Amino acid sequence: MELELKGITKRFGSLVANDQIDLSVSPGQVHALLGENGAGKSTLMNVLYGLLQPDEGEILLDGKKAHFASPKDAIAAGIGMVHQHFMLVPVFTVAENVTLGMEETRPSGLLDRRKARRDVRELSRRYGLEVDPDALVENLPVGIQQRVEIIKALVRDASVLILDEPTAVLTPAEAQDLFRIIRQLKDGGTSIVFISHKLKEVQEIADTITVLRRGAVVGQESPSATEDQLAALMVGRNVQLKVDKEPAKPGEVVLDVEDLTVADETGRVWVNEMSFQVRAGEILGLAGVQGNGQTELCEALLGLRPIASGHIRLDGRDLTHSTPRQRLHAGVAYIPEDRQEDGLVSAFSVADNMVLDSYDRPPFASGINLHLGAIASNAAERVEEFDVRTQSADTPVGTLSGGNQQKVILARELGREHKVLVASQPTRGLDVGSIEFVHRRIVRQRDHGVAVLIVSSELDEIYALADRIAVMYEGRITGFRPPSVPVEELGLLMAGSEAPGTPETPGTPQAGTPEAEQAGAGESS
Amino acid sequence: MSEQAPPGPPEPPGSPGAPVPATATKQKENSGESHRSFGQILRESILEGNSVTVIFLAIFTAIVIGGLLNAFTNTTVLHAWGNFFSAPGAAISQAWNTAIGAYVALFEGSIFNPHTVAALFQQASISTAIHNGYLGAVFNPISETCVQATPLLLAGLAVALPYQAGMFNIGAQSQFIGGAILATYLGYGVNLPPVIHVIVCVIGGFVGGAVLGWVVGELKARTGAHEVITTIMLNYIMAYLLSYLLGNVMQRPGRSDLISPFIAGDAHLPHLFGSTLRINAGFLLALACALGVWWLLYRTTPGFEFRTIGKNPSAARVAGMNVERSWVLVMLIAGGLAGMAASTVIQGTDFSLNFQSYGTYGIDAITVALLGLGRPLGVVLAALLFGALHAGAPLMQAQTSTPVDIVEVLQALIVLFVAAPPLIRAIYRLRAARAAGVEGLSGKGLA
Repeated sequence: MELELKGITKRFGSLVANDQIDLSVSPGQVHALLGENGAGKSTLMNVLYGLLQPDEGEILLDGKKAHFASPKDAIAAGIGMVHQHFMLVPVFTVAENVTLGMEETRPSGLLDRRKARRDVRELSRRYGLEVDPDALVENLPVGIQQRVEIIKALVRDASVLILDEPTAVLTPAEAQDLFRIIRQLKDGGTSIVFISHKLKEVQEIADTITVLRRGAVVGQESPSATEDQLAALMVGRNVQLKVDKEPAKPGEVVLDVEDLTVADETGRVWVNEMSFQVRAGEILGLAGVQGNGQTELCEALLGLRPIASGHIRLDGRDLTHSTPRQRLHAGVAYIPEDRQEDGLVSAFSVADNMVLDSYDRPPFASGINLHLGAIASNAAERVEEFDVRTQSADTPVGTLSGGNQQKVILARELGREHKVLVASQPTRGLDVGSIEFVHRRIVRQRDHGVAVLIVSSELDEIYALADRIAVMYEGRITGFRPPSVPVEELGLLMAGSEAPGTPETPGTPQAGTPEAEQAGAGESS
Repeated sequence: MSEQAPPGPPEPPGSPGAPVPATATKQKENSGESHRSFGQILRESILEGNSVTVIFLAIFTAIVIGGLLNAFTNTTVLHAWGNFFSAPGAAISQAWNTAIGAYVALFEGSIFNPHTVAALFQQASISTAIHNGYLGAVFNPISETCVQATPLLLAGLAVALPYQAGMFNIGAQSQFIGGAILATYLGYGVNLPPVIHVIVCVIGGFVGGAVLGWVVGELKARTGAHEVITTIMLNYIMAYLLSYLLGNVMQRPGRSDLISPFIAGDAHLPHLFGSTLRINAGFLLALACALGVWWLLYRTTPGFEFRTIGKNPSAARVAGMNVERSWVLVMLIAGGLAGMAASTVIQGTDFSLNFQSYGTYGIDAITVALLGLGRPLGVVLAALLFGALHAGAPLMQAQTSTPVDIVEVLQALIVLFVAAPPLIRAIYRLRAARAAGVEGLSGKGLA
């Protein structure tokens, strides 16, 4: 099916989210829609999917004008969409989820479960999706849940499939699987609209790239365009994709984690006798596939999760059993993995969020009296220093873009006295411009002598920032490497195999660590 | 900032800054939905779905519907409508007169009655007018409204404060009883000098309620027991405990029914404008508490913690706040406020405790807090409104023989509409401006 959008314009009040956008997708083509957060990609796709009505412009299917009053119409016309956040019922099986909304019954009036299962199996086989129709969705990893969403669209005979930021929730390996599936769908004649702000994956998968900026199409590129070209189009200026940094000058050990073991309420061990050290003025990058205990490690470092055994020391001071507040006061700065959930109070103003963990100390309070003036002037300063794009410091932080929200967190955490910075997925979901900003700030903290621990499942980020790389797998560190390590070797470590030649057992890493550290620091330039 | 800001607004409208809010909010909603509890959703829809406009329209709608109900349950009106085709005008005017008559009486009983002014001016001199109570009669409706509003206001705060900290206090009733028992006992059981006796009893009311609030907070903090369950159960426990006490140790000598002795005259809350008007220091106490709760919430560090915990407990934990301690503290203060509500009833108007003294304050407190959007000033206004309805009801019944129950219906209708903003928006074709909701919320203090 040939899909064409002509002059689509969508306004929200005075702002124009989509301005005269033209787009055409041919059958069997992967058309990438590239743009920063807020460039209007999702709005455009919501128009196409019938969730929003365009103010101007038209949608043409095989040259015929189509009108979608609701997603129902769009689905009937053969358009399927996989949202960034899945719309699945966790306690239902795959087959039940797939048939939800179009349940077929047998003549007796009972649900025809067998047909649903057959459909799933058939599609799964045809496109190599490897999905079990009887599995409960809640037990499936995210990557498989996404495939269930794809099957949902395919069962409804989608010939145009919209994927909204599909890799945002996937591990690198899962993303590769997704790309394989996309290629198979493409070969089967399905058109794919692939929405993303990640340059590399767009280059890898797309046949045509349309770049959106501020609601308008700013360019059509082929995948052979360089990353710098695409980034410049997307952001509207030249962007420094590579982080400029001097070689690290590691000082004293600041953060010392020794034989740390962390278990959850059910007794499952997430962090298993893990040991590492971070020195002043260096960045330790902790790589690993999401779900190998990184979240639990960070929570244990901040005191949000009880520690089963082992020690955490900061500048020689034992913090193992300290409360989160004591740790913050001792000099831990923390950028949480999930900023909406753990980092911000979205209904609160930017100013309040900037003192979320220092509101009880001078100059923001004396006794129990809050000093609103000090909070306001602090916000004004930080908004300027960190270039937070907000209408005012009293704006609720939830209305800011992801990048600006992250800047608010950075401004808060870096504005306090701190000796160590723990940053978990610091640029997840951010656009190119914001990533650049966050990375620069982190490197600057390192240069000021802060010990930095970056936890990231994005290898690009690890390579860009780390002076030393540690790889985490099932609660243990499978190896320390210098940043010059080839990506294949990291991949092996991330899969749990300890590569030959580096006998690092998690139980006794202290002995091996310093050498690896020094080697790492030396080669990092 | 000042240099950054000007280019900001003019440029971004069509630019990244602008579209972002839409998508950002949408993402948040999507991601939030999966792990928001029913309680959170309910609380958000009530607290954040409303603008002040919706509140006023809800009250207006309730009044209209209440009027219709009143008119069409009246036998005279129904009879007139029976003859609709012979005398349509009479039917309509009869219905109108009935509805308006009731509301006029309600107004006269709760705010201002012109007849009392007329009577005042017929007096020979001002001094005789005052002496014979004619001046008092002019202000009596307002005084009654304040008297009725006092316990509603305090109990409403006892629900609104935990609201802000993310908790539902359904237990204003049990805390009220706790406060009532202690305040009453201190009122008749001990001998103290005049002023001190009043203060000790009020503090007793606070402590009696606070203990029950503290139990709820402590149970939640230590065992995770949900406060809705524990408060409801405590309501039963306290109601039966009250009956037991009034039948035994606290029973008035010589009585066989469940009633306590009268409290000492020293323990009465002083009247504000002489003994002809029932308005007493309890009203000032309630207003002071509203101011205190506002100050606590918006000007102190514990208040900042309460609000953070109410909006996002996980972020509060990450920011180093002690969530459990705040739960206990909030419930303790809330219980104390409900206990003081009992003080104002026992020491202000009733002077003794019986097994039904707690009335419907526990439920009314929830409706007051809902209508007041969980904010101190809102609670003051809502309490005054409900207080006026209660105060005006007797006169309305006397003059127009409208049953007092219509007031309860009116209250229920108001809350019904406030709790269902989409209904009001649909009736008045308001646009569901989420932005307005957010704005209303972010306001730092009293609206």
